[in-house]
Amino acid sequence: MELAEAIILSVLAASTPLLIAATGELVTERSGVLNLGVEGMMIVGAACGFGGAWLSGSVFIGALCGVVAGTLLSLIFAMMTLGLAVNQVASGLALTILGIGLSGLIGAGFVGERINPAVHLHIPGLTDIPLVGRILFGEDAFVYLSLALVVGVWWFLYRTRAGLILRACGDNHTSAHALGYSVLRIRMYAVMFGGACAGLAGAYLPLAYTPFFIPGMTAGRGWIALALTVFASWRPGRLVIGAYLFGAVTILQLHAQGAGIGIPSQFMSSLPYLATVIVLVALSRARTGGSTAPAALGTVFVPDR
Amino acid sequence: MRKTLLAAAAAFLLAGSISTGISTSAWAADKLKVGFIYLGPVGDLGWTYQHELARQALVKEFGDKIETTYLENVPEGPDAERAIEQLVRAGNKLIFTTSFGYMDPTLKVSKKYPEVHFEHCGGYKQDANMGNYASRWYQGRYIQGQIAAKMSKSGVLGYIGSFPIPEVVSGINATMLGAQTVNPNIKVKIIWANSWFDPGKEADSAKALLDQGADVIMQHTDSPAAMQIASERGKFAFGQDSEMIKFGPKAQLTSIMDTWAPYYISRVKAQLDGSWKPDVAWGGLETKMFQMAPYTNMPDDVKKMAEDTEAAITAGKLQPFKCPVMDQDGKEVECKGGDHLADPQVLGMNFYVKGIDDKMPGK
Repeated sequence: MELAEAIILSVLAASTPLLIAATGELVTERSGVLNLGVEGMMIVGAACGFGGAWLSGSVFIGALCGVVAGTLLSLIFAMMTLGLAVNQVASGLALTILGIGLSGLIGAGFVGERINPAVHLHIPGLTDIPLVGRILFGEDAFVYLSLALVVGVWWFLYRTRAGLILRACGDNHTSAHALGYSVLRIRMYAVMFGGACAGLAGAYLPLAYTPFFIPGMTAGRGWIALALTVFASWRPGRLVIGAYLFGAVTILQLHAQGAGIGIPSQFMSSLPYLATVIVLVALSRARTGGSTAPAALGTVFVPDR
Repeated sequence: MRKTLLAAAAAFLLAGSISTGISTSAWAADKLKVGFIYLGPVGDLGWTYQHELARQALVKEFGDKIETTYLENVPEGPDAERAIEQLVRAGNKLIFTTSFGYMDPTLKVSKKYPEVHFEHCGGYKQDANMGNYASRWYQGRYIQGQIAAKMSKSGVLGYIGSFPIPEVVSGINATMLGAQTVNPNIKVKIIWANSWFDPGKEADSAKALLDQGADVIMQHTDSPAAMQIASERGKFAFGQDSEMIKFGPKAQLTSIMDTWAPYYISRVKAQLDGSWKPDVAWGGLETKMFQMAPYTNMPDDVKKMAEDTEAAITAGKLQPFKCPVMDQDGKEVECKGGDHLADPQVLGMNFYVKGIDDKMPGK
């Protein structure tokens, strides 16, 4: 049982950055904008998050720096794709390349430094409950915040008028525009939210996961977050399942290797991706009629005045 | 117009991803120019960082007799060829290319410029003006194996591998052979990260190994993540490439540190006095091409044992792959090097030694 608890704790930590980044991207895409720059915003969030925490000595300020950095970077993207109506795919890729370079520059001064990671919660009584205590009450705050974030996003998208308008922009920007909503402004807010989440997800890595900064430390997690939004068919609930499933397969394959189960490790390393493909196929088969993707996803909108 | 702008911006960004750091003092015509191609950023804490330290040692040693230039973050592949050629055109006469994947690009450029000398790290192709260099890291792994077996209470070691290539496999085997001299029943659990560098995955691998009962972590991946996890859990670990004690003050037992400076200095000296010839250097402890970090966090008798082993290997009295070497199935491996396995057998090692329960991936 102790091993099971340890595995679940590792899964929670491994899934959290994916969940945060994917939640942000989900909102961005629901508004009709495809931002492929998640990896770039994450790595800049990691550099700034670590820098902030290192200079101030506070993990909270570090996380804040990550959020601000991600948001600022996403504003560049918003300026290009919304303001100048540039192709979203190309801009997103450019944003990733820019982010990787920028993070190296920002982080150059912090490489080799170390900080105290985010503390794990300890609620006397609750955290000490056998088996579930440490899982439910003993992780760092990011883990629980990420779940609150998903619930908040779900509530916003499906239970508020603003969420309905945002989804309308993503499904048919011409109609939304005709109804008098400012499509570009709404999309800009959505892009900024995506950037803030990506920045926070990036900051999670050096603040809680592996408390040091090295260029390139996101190692492709931004791309996985992008895949997760598709996997979740743009629904927050499925996003949670997807992120934890992905984290679980990643951690379990490491344990399977350590236990000496004679399956080639190269195959096991590919399992999370394989699982993604299988679930996607299963989902699309089970569905009747139409794609669940926001209808206007990735299309440029230029209001005629 | 917008598209052109974007294309221009993208091209600019791509060009910018190879950044140039140039350390120049006053330019003089008779100065020897020495160039370096780095795989990672100079601050990667591991592999590239050590090459950069050696470059700085060159500058210190030769002062204004030489001028050095480096290009960092150069991807392996066709881009590397362009970068190497850029160094040649800038007048560098001795060029170090510091990653396995630069082998073919270096060879190509070396054929084009026979008057320029090339040093390639970690490969096996040579030319009249191109040599190779690498270290016998397996010697250090043997010492680590002995220490690990002494320090482990559970008798289970945890090993994080990058890719199942001969260099890594020979490291695992040397570790086990060393560990078996202390505890014949020692076990090792191996996890392949299938990456040289993914701090998150390295940390998760370390957690998995510790959760499964290993209590000493060894790694052949590049970040200090595993060291931090061991430190957090109050267990032991070994560093990689660089000194990592900062990330585990109570956890690091020692570390195999790449110290290229003596080799680089000798090669530049040769270039300066005109005696440079292509070399195939596979340096062991005696060459100081790699060194062991101070033995820390262990009792004196373990430290003494490690120092004795290090001295014996340095003096050539102890061979980690001393015959007979038994493979996993208990079959004796053919002994081609007299009383120990021959260099090509180590360089191409693709079997596990006896005592490793695990199955090698792809076998």
